[in-house]
Amino acid sequence: MSAPTYDLGKLHGGLRLTANKQVSTEQPIIDVPVPEHLVLPLVQHVGDPVHPLIQIGDRVLKGQLIAEVEGTLGAPVHASSSGKVVAIEPWPIARRYGDNAPCIVIETDGKDEPVKRADIPPSYRAMTPEDLLTLILRGGIVGLGGAVFPTAQKLMQARTCKIDHLILNGVECEPYISCDDRLMRERAAEVISGARILLHALQIDSCFIAVESDKPEAIHALARLLTSLQDDRLVLKQVPTIYPSGGEDQLVQLVANREVPSGGLPSDVGCLVQNVGTAAAIHDWLIHNQPLISRVTTVTGDGINHPVNVRARIGTPVADVIEYIGGYSDMAEQLIIGGPMTGKSVTTDRVPVVKATNSILVLSKTPAINPEMPCIRCGDCAAVCPVQLLPQQLFWYACADNEVKLRQFGLTDCIECGCCDLVCPSHIPLTADFRIAKGRIRELADEKARAVRARERFEARNDRLKREQDERETQLAQQKESARKAGPAAIAAILRRKQQQSEDD
Amino acid sequence: MEFERHDAPFITPMVSVPSLMLQVLAALVPAAIAHVWFFGPGFIFNLIVAALFAAAGETLMLKLRNRNPVAGLQDFSALVTAALLAFALPSLTPWWVTATGALFAVIVAKHLYGGLGFNIFNPAMAGYVVILVAFPMHLNLWVAPQMGDLDYPAMTVMQTLAFTLTGALPDGLTYDAVSRATPLDVMKSGLNNARTVVEIRAVPIMGDFGGRGWEWIGNFLAIGGFWLLIKKIIRWQIPAGIGLGLLLPATIMYTIDPGSHASPGFHLFAGATILCAFFIATDPVSAATSPRGRFIYGVGIGLIIYSIRLWGSYADGVAFAVLIMNMAVPAIDYLTRPHIVGHDAYGAQDE
Repeated sequence: MSAPTYDLGKLHGGLRLTANKQVSTEQPIIDVPVPEHLVLPLVQHVGDPVHPLIQIGDRVLKGQLIAEVEGTLGAPVHASSSGKVVAIEPWPIARRYGDNAPCIVIETDGKDEPVKRADIPPSYRAMTPEDLLTLILRGGIVGLGGAVFPTAQKLMQARTCKIDHLILNGVECEPYISCDDRLMRERAAEVISGARILLHALQIDSCFIAVESDKPEAIHALARLLTSLQDDRLVLKQVPTIYPSGGEDQLVQLVANREVPSGGLPSDVGCLVQNVGTAAAIHDWLIHNQPLISRVTTVTGDGINHPVNVRARIGTPVADVIEYIGGYSDMAEQLIIGGPMTGKSVTTDRVPVVKATNSILVLSKTPAINPEMPCIRCGDCAAVCPVQLLPQQLFWYACADNEVKLRQFGLTDCIECGCCDLVCPSHIPLTADFRIAKGRIRELADEKARAVRARERFEARNDRLKREQDERETQLAQQKESARKAGPAAIAAILRRKQQQSEDD
Repeated sequence: MEFERHDAPFITPMVSVPSLMLQVLAALVPAAIAHVWFFGPGFIFNLIVAALFAAAGETLMLKLRNRNPVAGLQDFSALVTAALLAFALPSLTPWWVTATGALFAVIVAKHLYGGLGFNIFNPAMAGYVVILVAFPMHLNLWVAPQMGDLDYPAMTVMQTLAFTLTGALPDGLTYDAVSRATPLDVMKSGLNNARTVVEIRAVPIMGDFGGRGWEWIGNFLAIGGFWLLIKKIIRWQIPAGIGLGLLLPATIMYTIDPGSHASPGFHLFAGATILCAFFIATDPVSAATSPRGRFIYGVGIGLIIYSIRLWGSYADGVAFAVLIMNMAVPAIDYLTRPHIVGHDAYGAQDE
């Protein structure tokens, strides 16, 4: 099979990292059984929290809609198995800010009884794109690459732009993670079917499937299928194994050779990126009527006895997953949800597998490193930055809290990939510092907006007071004028009337 | 199970400042051996004096600034400064001259500007210029290279040590007997006296390109420099820029008038050109930081070195060239910002 590497754009910097994927890709994906409790967070991604449709004590069935989108951005949540709702309470989840979030807790009954669907949807080919998008929204489908942006809304936004290419992201550039690799090897047909549904939804006829060169089996599986399908809308592209080529904007640059504008979206340059797992989930929903209630996730690291990829129901506590596949090794010290470059470290394995969980990484303690030293301006960070920022200058301005310079030097364009941290000889936690600086810039912007609103209110009030004052003066002048015109007799009459009034009071 | 919480990324950084500094020092070892071979043991004494006083200055300043002196010394940056200073000094240098340079480098040029990472000027070159101005006579005591056929009285180890400690020559030896003008000095004074390059190059200390002995040190410095390039500890832009900035005008002038201008090869191998290109100008702290900026910084240094050698009153201009370009670094960095992906030209997104 030929390796399809051609027509690629150029990505600045990046790193060749030790992949550590071998051990988890040896075995096929294994299914984790239904756990005793399922924990389904009401906040799983950007947008508004979902609103529960069930009460404590209700019996729910597998695939039943249990929480609905309240605002404009979000995705509904379905029960991942049958059982009884026992609580809606705060529970630890993996996210960067704050440890706990409200969750629906279901005590499973082991029957795994699916909900009966009255409406079997028609073939997607017969549907209008609008109806198809509405249907995708109802499936609770979100981006499974890690960013978990609700898919339907992303597609709706893209429909308002002129889109040329759908890009399926099977790059999976972060070390350790191999769930997409295994998925593409085992479910290539479903991935491609999902891609064709997406092409129909977008009404376009160009899809690039991008896979990193270190996944020859996945490339082979997809290429073989594409050859037999003879669908020339789908083109497989092999991208070099350089982290972070799988970042959304980076992939657009690499595959379509277009730069996503600062603060913009890939749709601004005619591209839409979807993860391969998302495509498979869309297939499952539209063809097999199965909403997003499970996902493939990589459980790996030197803190795990038998690293492997698993299919776990959304809501399965991480502890249950790890116990099922053979438990922690003696070296387990750190639990990370996500990859080693961008993942989130959590303090407890009670956190559930959610739609965003592409990896459960258990590592031994990172070896003791030298303490942070002053920046020596070596510039290695700038050499590896995929956005071509100058992290050494940003760090300087972040220390000085210089908001203007931080904006000018592109802090908000930082994708937090962590490359600069890895090459910094002074061991400065640059990415963490930039996250803090970004937060401060947001706060400052909010503060400014509040100040502007307050000034507007103040000015509006002054204007109103002045207007009222003017009106009173005009009125008074008119009264005086009319009195003067009426002559002294009338003035005397008015004065008498006033006197009368004050006596009455 | 409960776990500790950390920040992403969770992969250990690949390099550290102390390892970088140690590799720079390692790259200097072959040239140091060559230096001792050709110019006697004075280099070692200079290095020891410079290292001791640099370390003392570092410790003192870190204590005064309420920092941990042990951690500060362990980054080995003071040792690199001392080594570069030792390479710039003649092998016969009294200890107080070396000490003045080392102390000025570490205390004033480095710590008074905020310590490692904050110094505007290259500490070794700032220290060197101070002693060049304060003790001009002492920096002329270059012994002739010991090449066998060059018949100059060589000083023994003990005589060299005695000179380092007391500044006095052994009985019966005079400055004129032991010291020789450097090739650059010979070239400069020869040209000033209206001699031709061919005549000047007939002087016995001149080698194939630069001076005898000097050329070999240059070769070993270049080997160390290329090793640093391969290890990606330094990047190519500064050495290439210096090469271009120095050799382009030298080639032009030599082509126009070879009788009164030294060849590009002489400029490359004479004086501290190679040391500067690979080890001095590449000090990241005081150099420009963007790739294009580094090239411009290098070209500027090369041009200034050539200008000083051609028109200046000093024979070599490396230290001044580096310090002058240090001053230009903020402007260079500002004007050579790379294009940020997704931004319009020039990277700036002014509001």
